[in-house]
Amino acid sequence: MSEWKKICLVNDIPVLGSRRVARAQGLDVAVFRNSEDQVFALLDRCPHKGGPLSQGIVFGTRVACPLHNWSIGLCDGQAAAPDEGCAPRFAVKVESGEVYLDAGELAAHATDLARPHAGPACKKTA
Amino acid sequence: MQKSKLVMVGNGMAGVRTLEELLKIAPDLYDITVFGAEPHPNYNRILLSPVLAGEQTLEEIVLNPWEWYSDNHITLYTGKKVVQVDRVKRIVYADDGTEAEYDRLLICTGSNPFILPVPGKELKGVIAYRDIADTNEMIETAKTHKNAVVIGGGLLGLEAANGLMLRGMSVTVIHVQPTLMERQLDSVAGKLLQKSLEERGLKFLMGAQTQELVGGGDADGQRVTAIKFKDGTEVATDLVVMAVGIRPNTQLAESMRLHCNKGIVVNDTMQTVTDARIYSVGECAAHRGIAYGLVAPLFEQAKVAANHLAQFGIGRYVGSLTSTKLKVTGIDLFSAGEFMGGEGTEEIIMSDPFGGVYKKLVIKDDKLVGACLYGDTVDGSYYFKLLRDGRSVADIRDKLMFGESNIGDVGHEGHSKAAAMPDNAEVCGCNGVTKGTICKAIKEKGLFTLDEVRKHTKASASCGSCTGLVEQLLMFTAGGDYSATPKLKAMCGCTDHGHQAVREAIRANKLLSIGDVYATLDWRTPNGCASCRPAVNYYVTSTWPKEAKDDPQSRAINERSHANIQKDGTYSVIPRMWGGETTANELRKIADAVDKYKIPTVKVTGGQRIDLLGVKKEDLVNVWKDIGMPSGHAYAKALRTVKTCVGSEWCRMGTQDSTQMGKDLERAMWRMYAPHKVKFAVSGCPRNCAEAGIKDVGIIGVDSGWEMYVAGNGGIKTEVAHFFTKLKTPEEVLEYTGAFCELYRQEGWYLERTVHYVNRVGLDYVKKKILDDHAGRKALWEQLQFALDGEPDPWFDFEEAAVDTRQFIPITAV
Repeated sequence: MSEWKKICLVNDIPVLGSRRVARAQGLDVAVFRNSEDQVFALLDRCPHKGGPLSQGIVFGTRVACPLHNWSIGLCDGQAAAPDEGCAPRFAVKVESGEVYLDAGELAAHATDLARPHAGPACKKTA
Repeated sequence: MQKSKLVMVGNGMAGVRTLEELLKIAPDLYDITVFGAEPHPNYNRILLSPVLAGEQTLEEIVLNPWEWYSDNHITLYTGKKVVQVDRVKRIVYADDGTEAEYDRLLICTGSNPFILPVPGKELKGVIAYRDIADTNEMIETAKTHKNAVVIGGGLLGLEAANGLMLRGMSVTVIHVQPTLMERQLDSVAGKLLQKSLEERGLKFLMGAQTQELVGGGDADGQRVTAIKFKDGTEVATDLVVMAVGIRPNTQLAESMRLHCNKGIVVNDTMQTVTDARIYSVGECAAHRGIAYGLVAPLFEQAKVAANHLAQFGIGRYVGSLTSTKLKVTGIDLFSAGEFMGGEGTEEIIMSDPFGGVYKKLVIKDDKLVGACLYGDTVDGSYYFKLLRDGRSVADIRDKLMFGESNIGDVGHEGHSKAAAMPDNAEVCGCNGVTKGTICKAIKEKGLFTLDEVRKHTKASASCGSCTGLVEQLLMFTAGGDYSATPKLKAMCGCTDHGHQAVREAIRANKLLSIGDVYATLDWRTPNGCASCRPAVNYYVTSTWPKEAKDDPQSRAINERSHANIQKDGTYSVIPRMWGGETTANELRKIADAVDKYKIPTVKVTGGQRIDLLGVKKEDLVNVWKDIGMPSGHAYAKALRTVKTCVGSEWCRMGTQDSTQMGKDLERAMWRMYAPHKVKFAVSGCPRNCAEAGIKDVGIIGVDSGWEMYVAGNGGIKTEVAHFFTKLKTPEEVLEYTGAFCELYRQEGWYLERTVHYVNRVGLDYVKKKILDDHAGRKALWEQLQFALDGEPDPWFDFEEAAVDTRQFIPITAV
């Protein structure tokens, strides 16, 4: 059985917006809220060039990546055609106005993915 | 639940496209049955000419292979012609007795070639040029016979003639008019074309009227041997190809008693006016009196028909404005609108017969109404856009002929002829897309329109300066004409309204929120998309300052976090330095912040400010606070920098105090949001060290006052600002600059820079509003001051600026 971990209230997430959830290892998890107060969770990383999806514009059940405007489905993490790619999904539970994520997933899901480097750091790694 | 039955008669490009669109949005709604008279799956009819010329094979031009039909569970009957439809019982009958019931019927029977009613038209070796069978017959005949005649000097006829010539035949083109392609080209361009084709080996008989076709050839005496003209002359031939035009194929529709007039008459939802269960798209359909024969309009029709078949009931087809952009045997042609000229029109002509270049632009009432280009067509899309927008060209008349590409386009190495480029040459410099990649995508993914190429390859999807090149590539990779566009461009997929209509509705109905706009204008989506929501948010707040409430969730991240996002998700911070002047104290605070927050890069910007790159989002608020300087709005569609030179305070050449003027402008107008970013510059003398000639507003000090320049741009396309007016006092500079900005703020479309705004409305219009209308100018300046009065600095006044500070700190799950 999965163990649900309480993250925040639904109201802590702006309508048509999102919050980042930091974890012990791996990139943040982005939790999104749409106009119907549904909550979704994806790894905070666009499958295209690793942009932080939590910073994108939320519309319908999609988010537009802030870097190059890829449209990512909040339900399945899939990029809209003809773009191809998928952001890892995280299970979410909403109960009496509180948002829960799966503790196991938070600890271990998609912890291998990283953000691209920028600045002087990218020359060192290149 | 039982699925509804959809039957399609005609297995051609427009019909199958409708099915593709339908399957995309409602894959499970119908059991689909397709009847096709030809024994082939759907193929690209436009590419028959390359097949005839031996450049492509039949397999290569198939658009939907047999598997596509089976994968989508479509029942396909090929080689079966539908001969009867019972509209009462709703049953379709084919010539072999096959029946199919329908709930919805889609008729896409296309068109038939017109056959001249002359004696001998039924002889062997007399054919039309319309389908694979015709093409195969031409290929076979070329193997065994020598002479061919093509009747018709239009596009299709010339392509047939070229193909037969390449297959080794001696070809004569008969044309009843004095010049070739008279419906697409004027007589000068037509003659240039003829000369060039003659050099390649084609023969022409112009003004010749066919009297009869003479038989007696081959062993059975049934093959055509010659063509006889009204003047008594004859030309010997073994093959006659008739390419004198097409007629909508309405035979079946007429037998069903559907109303036909130059095609099957349909309404804006592509339903036949006679029977609402029956739809028709493609060359057989007459919409508002026009049966379109080009691909792009047919695909627009397909989209609308599919949407209705899917029971969404939104979207109307309102007709298309078309241009002709053809590729005949390596010759570039483009024409659009009333290129023949006529009463009340003026013409600008550039002719270089030796170089094989001819351009004619037709202007009426200061507007471009027609264009005909031969030999160099890269500006075709630019002229087409001007034509469609219908904007005044009075102010650019002197430059119009040289096109958009002659001035400062960057990003594609100055190429203007796509055909001559090697496959590895970069077409789109923004997204690094080569010619080879684009051509491959067009072929493999079956792309037809500019939009599709943009979506799949990203070519021309960013700055758009290579649009003309991409269109050329589409033209000779996919063939035919793909540049037709809807008359009015919708803002995005969420609505049919254009930017102008939305702006006007917001003003007329006093719409104060995005929700009001979406409700009033019947938006299709509940909360828009990432493209329309920021635009509408800008429109309500700029139209109704202090009344409409800004919605931060409808702003892109940079304007929501008041910093520029970088590729690794960190941000950059650029504090405001009034007029580009700073102090030791400011620099000390910046240096301390760089150390304290371990900011990796410090860079001097082009706008005389300092950029701190790589700031973590968590640190933004503290960096702003530590530095203590105002927001530079370097992240916003707003007034950014005011670049100044040293001016008369220090410079031995300076005539005016440009630094002070710049600071005054900046202090008066900072926090000014606009459709796009806005940059000013002020120079103290005509040496113009502040480069005021490429700014949205450039001010240049002269001994007697200030010169004002507007709508310059140093970006994608270097645009030199237009001289606007001469002013005497700094107060006037503020007033005129402010009024110009406010006009742009009120009328510009979102993401339209001042250069594009002024190009759209015309400089004369802007002069009338600002220079001639004194009361109007003062009113605009007052409106801007009212809008900016008391506006918060988002780096410090979080609440007033609606900055959601929760965004800066992540929630911790540990």
